[in-house]
Amino acid sequence: MKKGIGLPVFSGVAIGPAVVYRKAQRTLPVPSGDPAVEKAKFEAAVETAREQLTALFEKAKVEIGEEQAAIVEVQLMMLDDLDYLDGVNLAIDNGSAAAIAALDTGEEIAEVFAAMDDEYMNARSADIRDMSHRIYDILCGNTGFTLPEGSFLLVAEDLAPSETIQLPRERILAFVTRQGSSSSHTAILARTLNIPSLVQSDISFDDAEDCKILAVDGFTGTWYADPDEETMDMLLAKQKEAQAARNALEAYRGKESITRSGKKILLVANIGCPEDAEAAVKADAEGVGLMRSEFLYLGRDTLPSEEELFEAYRKVAEIMGDRPVVIRTLDIGADKQVDYMGLEKEENPALGLRGLRICLTREEIFRPQLRAIYRASAYGNLNMMFPMVASVWELKAAKALCSKVRAELEEEGIATKDVPIGVMVETPAAAVLAHELAKESAFFSVGTNDLTQYTLAVDRQNAKLGEFYDPYHPALLALLAHIAKAANDNGIWAGICGELGADPKLQEKFIEMGYTELSMAAGRILESRKLVCESEV
Amino acid sequence: MKEIKHIINDPMGMHARPAGMLVKAVAPFASKITVTAPTGTADAKRLIGLMKLAAKQGMELTITIEGADEDKAAEALQAFLSANL
Repeated sequence: MKKGIGLPVFSGVAIGPAVVYRKAQRTLPVPSGDPAVEKAKFEAAVETAREQLTALFEKAKVEIGEEQAAIVEVQLMMLDDLDYLDGVNLAIDNGSAAAIAALDTGEEIAEVFAAMDDEYMNARSADIRDMSHRIYDILCGNTGFTLPEGSFLLVAEDLAPSETIQLPRERILAFVTRQGSSSSHTAILARTLNIPSLVQSDISFDDAEDCKILAVDGFTGTWYADPDEETMDMLLAKQKEAQAARNALEAYRGKESITRSGKKILLVANIGCPEDAEAAVKADAEGVGLMRSEFLYLGRDTLPSEEELFEAYRKVAEIMGDRPVVIRTLDIGADKQVDYMGLEKEENPALGLRGLRICLTREEIFRPQLRAIYRASAYGNLNMMFPMVASVWELKAAKALCSKVRAELEEEGIATKDVPIGVMVETPAAAVLAHELAKESAFFSVGTNDLTQYTLAVDRQNAKLGEFYDPYHPALLALLAHIAKAANDNGIWAGICGELGADPKLQEKFIEMGYTELSMAAGRILESRKLVCESEV
Repeated sequence: MKEIKHIINDPMGMHARPAGMLVKAVAPFASKITVTAPTGTADAKRLIGLMKLAAKQGMELTITIEGADEDKAAEALQAFLSANL
């Protein structure tokens, strides 16, 4: 047995096989510009693919069965297909790099198969894509990451949103990352999924790869590789106890969240996609306090269309029904970059072109989102808020665009509802100007993660700054009190949607300050309701 | 030139695997070998082209073989077809 520590981001115990996530190195090699060199590279990659597929074929035959093996065998045969090879060579002759030629030619053929009037042949397009992606990955130096069957604990250096979004969430028992922090995206996802997880752990990839069973104790922040019998018994007992505690919280399901002095608090969930909305309903959330809409923009190669955005918002609106949903408009930039927007690399992205700043300078990106939100408004109880507001004029400009978009839709005969517009208060400037902003807003929702980082000038992605990232800092609490007062003075509601919303050490303080909405990971709703209902404030 | 006619027996038609095996079976021969199905014509040495035919059970294939080793190729093909398709 080997053990070590990490910073726990969600309590609970997970036990199972470990999988190491290695970053896909999708960096295109610099093209040589010489077709002969590119062709040689391609041929070498085909041979590597052949070795990989042959090994996979042998393994599949023994372990999975003839049917799976036959699929691999077809891919092996396709490696030698003259149409494919001719297509790649022609593309290289026309100036393509080997990797691009391999990918594009595969895509062309896959599209032909996908369009055929034959279900069996349609399905073969996936084989062709799989095969050409394999060659592409080999040419890009990607070592290959394949998920096993069944549930597993995922061990990684750190996970970006675009990476976590592609993982099969229902099969992940825990995250164990070597970097990250309690407010990094892995941590946020762990809390949404209610899975015990560690960040900043001292586990090595060798530890994880060598063990049969990995266990994570999210209460103490400990990991165990191949736990001995005594440890295993202790962990299983803890797991059982945690389950019992969860069951006890069930008494609060369906109850109103009211303090003993009669203050009604809205306990709502943070979500990223329609699947999260279902989890929120299951967790008995009273609405959605923060829909991080940028997840619809990540893990893809092109901007989502108005239609795709509309479908996602409509689904969330319908799932939540009468319950309020606050959609935060696009907050791309900073730690969430997407290549297809063609944004320049920035020295300091947290202070760069992000959030509302992009939306106001790139109307072609913002407009489809606003149209989608207004179109979806007819299906539920939607609100929207703008991220990264620092000045009153920004809010006014964005609101003006909203009015224009809504008027256009009405003219087109598309039904819309009133969508209350609020500010996500996350810059110190917005906090200081809260009284002015409140006159132009229907509500405030405080993003404590960014407000903390900007107020304290501490990078929240930098694990080394851990002790300086102090969410209980008096400066931050003073700003929070100021924001709530400005809201109350102007007759609008204020909520907390950052990680602090679920912090049991602060929830009573927030209610005292005058906040009436707390938004959090779905898994924290019931325990927060217990705290609210037992509170005297 | 040689010509072979064959009605597809395989209930799944000429799907990916037998198509791939056909490619392998004719690969050693220098002759030009063409497969014609009611759905189109393909080079027997090209897997993806054969798959695009989407030839089904009961369809008749006409295979023409032309080249120096056409006799041997025809013989091998005949054997392959009756055993695999």
